[in-house]
Amino acid sequence: MALFLQNLVNALQWGSFYALIALGYSMVYSILMLFNFAHGDIFMVGAYIGVGVAFVLIAMASQGALALPPWAILILTILFAMILTSFVGMLVERIGYRPLRAAPRASAAITGLMIGIILETGNLALLGARRIRFPSLIDTTVYEVGGVFITNTKIIIVVVALLLATAMHLFVRKTKWGLAMRAMAFDYVAVPLMGVSVNAIAALTFALGSALAAAAGILYALAYPVLDPYMGILFGWKAFVAAILGGRGSVMGATLAGFLLGFIEIFAAMIFPSSLRDLIAYSIVLLILIVRPHGFFGEPYSARLRL
Amino acid sequence: MPFLKVDNITHQFGGLRAVHDYELSVEPGQIRGLIGPNGAGKTTIFNLITGIYNPTHGHIYLDGERISGLPPHRIASMGIGRTFQNLLLWRHMNVLEHVKMARFSRIGYGLLGACFGTPRRHREEREIEEKAYDLLEMLDIRHLAGQAVPNLPYGAQRRVEMARALATEPKLLLLDEPTAGMNPDELVQIMEIIRRVHRELNLAIFLIEHRMRFVMELCDRIQTLDFGEVIAEGTPEEIQNNPRVIEAYLGATET
Repeated sequence: MALFLQNLVNALQWGSFYALIALGYSMVYSILMLFNFAHGDIFMVGAYIGVGVAFVLIAMASQGALALPPWAILILTILFAMILTSFVGMLVERIGYRPLRAAPRASAAITGLMIGIILETGNLALLGARRIRFPSLIDTTVYEVGGVFITNTKIIIVVVALLLATAMHLFVRKTKWGLAMRAMAFDYVAVPLMGVSVNAIAALTFALGSALAAAAGILYALAYPVLDPYMGILFGWKAFVAAILGGRGSVMGATLAGFLLGFIEIFAAMIFPSSLRDLIAYSIVLLILIVRPHGFFGEPYSARLRL
Repeated sequence: MPFLKVDNITHQFGGLRAVHDYELSVEPGQIRGLIGPNGAGKTTIFNLITGIYNPTHGHIYLDGERISGLPPHRIASMGIGRTFQNLLLWRHMNVLEHVKMARFSRIGYGLLGACFGTPRRHREEREIEEKAYDLLEMLDIRHLAGQAVPNLPYGAQRRVEMARALATEPKLLLLDEPTAGMNPDELVQIMEIIRRVHRELNLAIFLIEHRMRFVMELCDRIQTLDFGEVIAEGTPEEIQNNPRVIEAYLGATET
C-alpha cells in the first residue's frame, strides 16, 4: 500500500509536467488547427530563461539589492520566466506560423519541427554543449506520512500545476478573451466582424501556452535540476500524446490526460522493469486511442473542436 | 458625403473579374437592396465592404474615412455589422455567448481585471448581459438565450446571427440573403423584425436577397448586378419594369 501511494505521489508530480505542456499543444491546436511541434522546445527555453532569472534574482538578493525569502524568489522566477517565455512564443507565432496561416497544415507542421531545431541548436550556439544546473532555490524537506515520502518540491510542483491548469480553464470559460478563443476554435471568418483581431487572439494563445510550458520547465528543473538543450524533445512528444489523448482542443482533457500519462508511466515502471517503462506505457496509450480515437473529450467529427 | 461611399471599385480573382466599376452610396437610415443572378458578385461586394477582400482598384469610405485596406476587425469596430449567406455561427456556444462575443471590443476590463474579478468587471458583465437580453428581446429570441445554437430552428439561427451583428452596434448592417432557407411563416417574421430593427436602432441596411417580393417591399432603392456590373439601379418600381433586369433574370430573348 505504501509503495502504491508513493508511486501515486510520484505520478502526480510527473503528470504535472505533461499536463502543463499538453495544455499549450491543445489550445494552439484548437484555435489554429495546428500542432506546434516546437512546443517541447519552448518548455526547454522556459527552463533556461528560468535559470537566468533565478541567477539574477539570487545575485540581487545576495548583494542586498532586494531582501527576499527563497520562496519569494521561486515565485518571482516562475512569474518572470512565464512572461519572458510568452514573448518567445509570440515571436514563434509571428515569424514561423502567421505567414503560413493559409498554407497547407503539413507545411506548418514542418515549420514547427524546424523552429524546434533552431531553438535547440540556437541554445547550443549561445551557451555551449555543457549542461547547466538549475540553482537550488529552496532547501528540500522530506515529510514522511505513513511510510510515504513526500518532499516539499513535489508539493510545490503539483500545487502550482493544478493552480495554473485551473486558472487556464477559468480564463477560457470566464473572460472575453476566452470567449474569443472558443469562437475562433470553431470558425474564424466571423470573428473579425465582431471587431476582434484574429492575429491578436492567435498571439495570445501562443503566449498563454508558452507561459505554461515555461512554468513546467521551471517545475521540472526543481525536481531534476540538470538542463540540456535537447531536454524538450522527448517531453514535447509525450505531452503531444497527452494532448491527443485528452481530445484535441480540450483544456480539461489535456490536463487530465497529462496526469493520466504520468500515472501510466510511473505504474508501468513500478510493475515492470524500468527499461520497459515507455514500451509498456505507450502500448497502453495506443490501445486507448484505438478504442477512443478522438481522445477522452474530443469530438467525433474532425473539423473544429471545442475548447 | 453619403454615410457609406463605394467609389468605383474593381475586384479580380486572378484573371476573373468578379466586380467591375462598382459604385454605391448609402445614406444614413436607408434600406438598400442588391439583387442579381447567382454568381453575379453580390457576396464579393459584401466581402469587399467588410474588408475580407481588398479591392484591386478603387476605394471605400465610411463616414468620410477610407476603410478599404483596413483589416476586417477595424472596419467592424468602425460600425459595419454583417450576417452571412450560410450562417457562420459558433456551434458549440449558446445564444447569449454569441451576443457577448460581439461586445468584445466594448468590454473595458483588462487582463488583470479578468483574473481577479474586480468590481468593474462584475459591473460590466452585468451591463453586457442586460444589453444582450434587450437585443434578444427585439429579435424575439430572448427565451432561447441559454440554448445551444445547433438545437434551434433555422429561422431562429438566422436571428441569432442578426443579434450578433447588431450587438457590435453597427451604423450599417449588411444582410446576406436573410431569408435563405426560411419557410413562409419565418419569412413574414423576419421582415417584421428587420423593420423593427431599422426603426428602433435607426441604422442603414444593405441587403442581398433573391425573393423579389421581400426586396420590393423593404427597400428604398435597389441595385441589380450581373456579371459583376450594375445593370440597373432605382426604386422598386423602376427595377421591376427595367428590361435589362428582366433579361438578366430570364435570359435574353432570341430575336
